[in-house]
Amino acid sequence: MMGPGSSDAMYGSRPPSHLGEVIITLKGVQKYFGSNHVLRGIDLEVHRREAVMLIGRSGSGKTTLLRCINFLEEPTAGSVEIDGLRLEADPTHARSRRHQEQIRQMRLRAGMLFQDFNLFPHMTVLGNCIEAPMRVRRIPRDEAVATAERFLDKVGILEKRDQYPSRLSGGQKQRAAIARALCMEPKVLLFDEPTSALDPELIGEVLNVMEELAHEGTTMIVVTHEMHFAQEAADRVIFMDKGVITEQGPPEQVLNDPQEESTKQFLRRFLLSRVEVPAATE
Amino acid sequence: MTRGGSAQHAQSLQMIGPADLQESLHAAQRRQLLRFRLISAVVWVALILLVGGGMWLASGAEFEFVTTSGPVIVLQGAPITVLVSVLAITFATMLAIIGALGRLSFNPVFNAAASFYVSLIRGTPLLLQVYFIYFALPQLDIVLPPIQAGVTALALNYGAYMTEIFRAGIQAVPRGQREAAQALGMPEQLVMRRIVLPQAVRIVVPAVGNEFIAMIKDSALVSLITIHETLFLAQRIGRSAFEPTAALIIAGAVYWTLTIIFSFFQARLERRLARSDR
Repeated sequence: MMGPGSSDAMYGSRPPSHLGEVIITLKGVQKYFGSNHVLRGIDLEVHRREAVMLIGRSGSGKTTLLRCINFLEEPTAGSVEIDGLRLEADPTHARSRRHQEQIRQMRLRAGMLFQDFNLFPHMTVLGNCIEAPMRVRRIPRDEAVATAERFLDKVGILEKRDQYPSRLSGGQKQRAAIARALCMEPKVLLFDEPTSALDPELIGEVLNVMEELAHEGTTMIVVTHEMHFAQEAADRVIFMDKGVITEQGPPEQVLNDPQEESTKQFLRRFLLSRVEVPAATE
Repeated sequence: MTRGGSAQHAQSLQMIGPADLQESLHAAQRRQLLRFRLISAVVWVALILLVGGGMWLASGAEFEFVTTSGPVIVLQGAPITVLVSVLAITFATMLAIIGALGRLSFNPVFNAAASFYVSLIRGTPLLLQVYFIYFALPQLDIVLPPIQAGVTALALNYGAYMTEIFRAGIQAVPRGQREAAQALGMPEQLVMRRIVLPQAVRIVVPAVGNEFIAMIKDSALVSLITIHETLFLAQRIGRSAFEPTAALIIAGAVYWTLTIIFSFFQARLERRLARSDR
């Protein structure tokens, strides 16, 4: 049997030619919530320009894993390295100034998108996009505005730049949030179920933007329930169960020919609930 | 008439029907609303005449007192009342923000100091605090003139109550807001100043407005340390003119009018702040 770290196990026979060097390394990441052992030792390497999709049942730990990567949750044990900056979990000194500053440096490397967008409601779309670049990266205003406009145009909502978030649809909000994250020019984007809070007819516009980013070679880790999207956009699909990675590989392998029983079960239930309706109309 | 024509006719009837109905419904609703407001206004005026007139009759005062002493109480007293209240609420708000940050701080010294402040001030009477600052502090060679002492006492007192208001306001800002700001690499202080506090302020505006209205009335307490505000003047003038009750009625009218004016501005401010939430 192949070890989880070997590239054979991760990519099958297809050589990952467009991928660059390793940019994210997780070693032995564990997380307890009280006595609840949510992550039971995660080792993970992600390459530059790779799109990784995390799938699994709710409660399998995939969102917690994502949040541990940028320390929105402090891991209980293990280490995270992004683009040369390595940080050990240090739950006992989590609030120390030094640790907090290191966490901040990690977060500058990893942009995050949330299920419920979390745009700042008291700022316009443009204000959302230039706030952090100006005040954290100290970029001059006109330059920050130019960058923001470029990314707002890229996600297709440039005409909304002066609107407050409450005037946007869910899909527009998430696209604005993507532009806001891109404005900080992170090394990797972390998506936490970015379409779960959206009305079905708005999901497509967000997934299209994400797919475009993936094809352009943006490094991303996506927690998602959109299997079709994973099939189209992923370089690698990771299946998590009960706090461990139980199966991973190229999407066609994991999604169409899963080896592990838990993966098969999960996908079966998923396909039944999702595909039933169109199958009946054929 | 052709068949097509009659179908068209029926269709246009259908389209006119509901629109007419809607129009008459709106008119009826407008009439009802107007009637409601008219009756409300009449009741208000009647009650003011009844209560005010009754009190005035009970006081047995000459109407001349209103024209001679009224302007003195209003023009000299009300500005001092407003000045003391505005200064005190401003300082109280600053204290409350610092206090709230302390109550939520992970720094044990800052946290304990803030909790102590809130506990002590909320645990003792405002009048005692006013007396203490004006009469007791001079023994420690801290001598504050009346207005400064009054503003200090009111600000300290309201700051403690408003600390809890601001703490609740900060905690009411959704956790995701803080996380989104942190994920953008903002340091803690910036997250608080630019993301959390502006949203918390919006949440607490109605409560702070209430505090300010309460403050306008509690500022009467500082009449006891010889500040020449509304109640102080009313008492002094009423006593010397042998019209104490009439003077009190005038003072009451001044406080009431001030609170109505500030309620109006508060409502406007709330509407303005709500603009981005529409």
